[in-house]
Parts: sequence; C-alpha cells; structure tokens
Amino acid sequence: MSSKMQSSGSIAQARRTVQQLRLEASIERIKVSKASSDLMRYCGEHAKNDPLLMGIPASENPFKDKKPCTVL
Amino acid sequence: MRSPPIPEMATQEVQLSETLAHLKTESDTLKGKLEEERAKLHDVELHQVAEKVEGLGQFVMKTRRTLKGHGNKVLCMDWCKDKRRIVSSSQDGKVIVWDAFTTNKEHAVTMPCTWVMACAYAPSGCAVACGGLDNKCSVYPLSLDKNENLAAKKKSVAMHTNYLSACSFTNSDMQILTSSGDGTCALWDVESGQLLQSFHGHAADVLCLDLAPSETGNTFVSGGCDKKANVWDMRSGQCIQSFETHESDINSVRYYPSGDAFASGSDDATCRLYDLRADREVAIYSKESIIFGVSSVDFSLSGRLLFGGYNDYTINVWDVLKGTRVSILFGHENRVSTLRVSPDGTAFCTGSWDHTLRTWA
Repeated sequence: MSSKMQSSGSIAQARRTVQQLRLEASIERIKVSKASSDLMRYCGEHAKNDPLLMGIPASENPFKDKKPCTVL
Repeated sequence: MRSPPIPEMATQEVQLSETLAHLKTESDTLKGKLEEERAKLHDVELHQVAEKVEGLGQFVMKTRRTLKGHGNKVLCMDWCKDKRRIVSSSQDGKVIVWDAFTTNKEHAVTMPCTWVMACAYAPSGCAVACGGLDNKCSVYPLSLDKNENLAAKKKSVAMHTNYLSACSFTNSDMQILTSSGDGTCALWDVESGQLLQSFHGHAADVLCLDLAPSETGNTFVSGGCDKKANVWDMRSGQCIQSFETHESDINSVRYYPSGDAFASGSDDATCRLYDLRADREVAIYSKESIIFGVSSVDFSLSGRLLFGGYNDYTINVWDVLKGTRVSILFGHENRVSTLRVSPDGTAFCTGSWDHTLRTWA
C-alpha cells in the first residue's frame, strides 16, 4: 500500500473521529447535583417494592421456602 | 529501495499529512472541550448528596438453591419473564433450562461448539438464544414435549466474524441484539436472519450489552476491551455517548431501573455508575481489599443495591447512593461469571466456573 493510500485511510478515520466528537460535545447535560437527586428520588419511590432491599418474609418469597409451593 | 518521489507527489503527500495533523489537532481540541463541559456540571458528588439518605441495615442473604448439572464452567445465565425459569450456558457446550424453584432441568441442548458464552430467554418464554465460539447466535424454540430434539429446530440468526460475547432479545421475540469479539454490535431479525443495523465504534472486542428499559426509548449500552462504555441509538446505529474511565476491560454493563444511568463492572476491580443526563461517571464502587475483576453486575428493583460477581469467588453488594459496601457473600468455589436479578426482584442468580448456579435471597 502506498503511503498516500495509508494517509487517506487514516484521514477518513480521523474525520470520523472528529465527527463523533463534535456530536458528543454538543449534547445537552445537566448538573451532577440534579442528576443525583433524581437517582435518589427514584430509589426512594421504589424502595418499598424492592424485595431484596426490604427483605420480605420467608412465607412470601418462593425462593426462601424450604418446600417449594405446589398448586394443587 | 523506493525511488525518490517526483515533486508533484511529494506536494500531495505533504498536503495529506497536513490535513491529518489538522484533524488530529481538532480532535484533541474537541476532547478537551468535552472534558471542560462535563467538568462545569460536576458541582457535587453523588455520595455527598446521598448523605441525608438513611443508611442501610444489615443484609442477610444466602444461597437458597444450587443448580447442578453443567459439566464445566457456567458462562452466562438469563431469567424468564415468568420469574422462575432460568437458562444457562457453559463451556461444556450445553444450554440448560431450569425451574429455579424446584431445581429441575426442563430442557437441555448440546451446541456444536464449546464455550457457549452467551444465552438469553425470549420475552414470550417460548425460545432461548445462545452462541459463543461458533461466532453465531442461534434461536431454539422450547417445546412442551420433553422428548423432542430441540437441536433439530435450531435457527441460525446472527453471524459475526469472531466470538459472540452477549445477546439479548429486544422487547419481542422478533429481534436480537448481539455483541462480538469482532468489535461490533448488531441488531438482527430473527425470522429472516437479516442484519437490521450494525454498530461500529469500539476499538476492540465488545464483551457485554444491555438494553435500556422500554420506557426510555431505543438505546442500548455496550462495554468492551477498549475500556469504553458506549451508548447507541438502535435506529440510526449512531454512538450517542461514550465513557472511558475504567482502567481495564469492561465485562458487564447494566442500566439503572429508571434508564437515566448505567453501572459497569471491570477487570480493574471496580464497578462504576455513569449518569446519562450528566454525561459523566458519578460513582466508583471499590475497596483497596478488592483486587480481582468484576465479571457481572445487576441492580435490585429500586436501584438502591448493586450486586457484583467477582473473580475472587465472592459477591459484593453495594449501596448505590452512598458508595459503600453493605454485604459480601460467599459460596461459590470458583469465579462468579454471571449474575442477574430476577424480574420481580425477589432473588438473584449467579453462575460460576465451579459448574453450578446459585439463587440468593
């Protein structure tokens, strides 16, 4: 491969990188403080429905039963 | 030895290298600008905001079931939407469907290759997808007739030029998303095997992927040996965000339940949380005493807990908001290679190089 072809291959690659970076640089962002409080709020709203977090009693968790439930 | 270039060619070559240098400068400038923009919004740390949140108490989680049957390392597993069935795949070339309540094996398929690195349950519960060193992703419809030869109904869907590392059905049985050692991800139509979209951008093997929760729209995240986590637009094939803070291969990525963030696990022994709207890493889950790589991560239903399966045979449970470890779980006798929380969040399942799977609650 001539060095000219190698250069134009690298140029195509470099152009793609620049395009990609332009795209990424232009997105809208919010502050970490806002993002964090949103994450916290989501956790808070869904905490009571999280069995692994709350620990549900063995009688209600099919995995915690010693004997598996059978529907007769 | 090359004869000296004629003056015309020399000028063209100089022009090309000037353009290359110019592009490189622009690329460096943009990278700098990106860092600046991200830094401007870095007004606080997540764990600082989370100081006012109540701490978590002691967690008692233990192995509730052990699934034995694979003849070699378990590499991957996935839950069925019915919250009780599990599919697992192994280096022994077998894909097994289990009833996790009873530990009974319901189906078993022998693949033509060893190292079945990826498997996934179809949303309907009527099929499973799997693949690995065969460079393909194949779909097997699950028959109610236990005696039926599943291998006969096999449908080859995806073709990569290197190993299949991960696969996932989208929100229906009709499409599958794959990632591969060939550095790409791809979206396929299951019925026709047609390639619908391909995703180029990773500089090395892609090891993992996760689809955004359906409410958040058509995106997915992938992680690779290039230490990058990329977020993709499924329709356009475009990489919309990229994160490069890990110091080694990213083995696992998983969306936070709201879809606004994702966690990653890496060979650098850390898990990290990236917020998509802040466009940056917002937490690192690590300890000096943890020196082995993380193979797989998943969130509890509320997103408050992050479970990580590690190469030192343990599972570490992290408080996502405060950044602290709340529990360490022992049981496996070799690397934990795969970990998924059940669809209703009542338990999580791990697969290991010790040939077994365990469910924990």
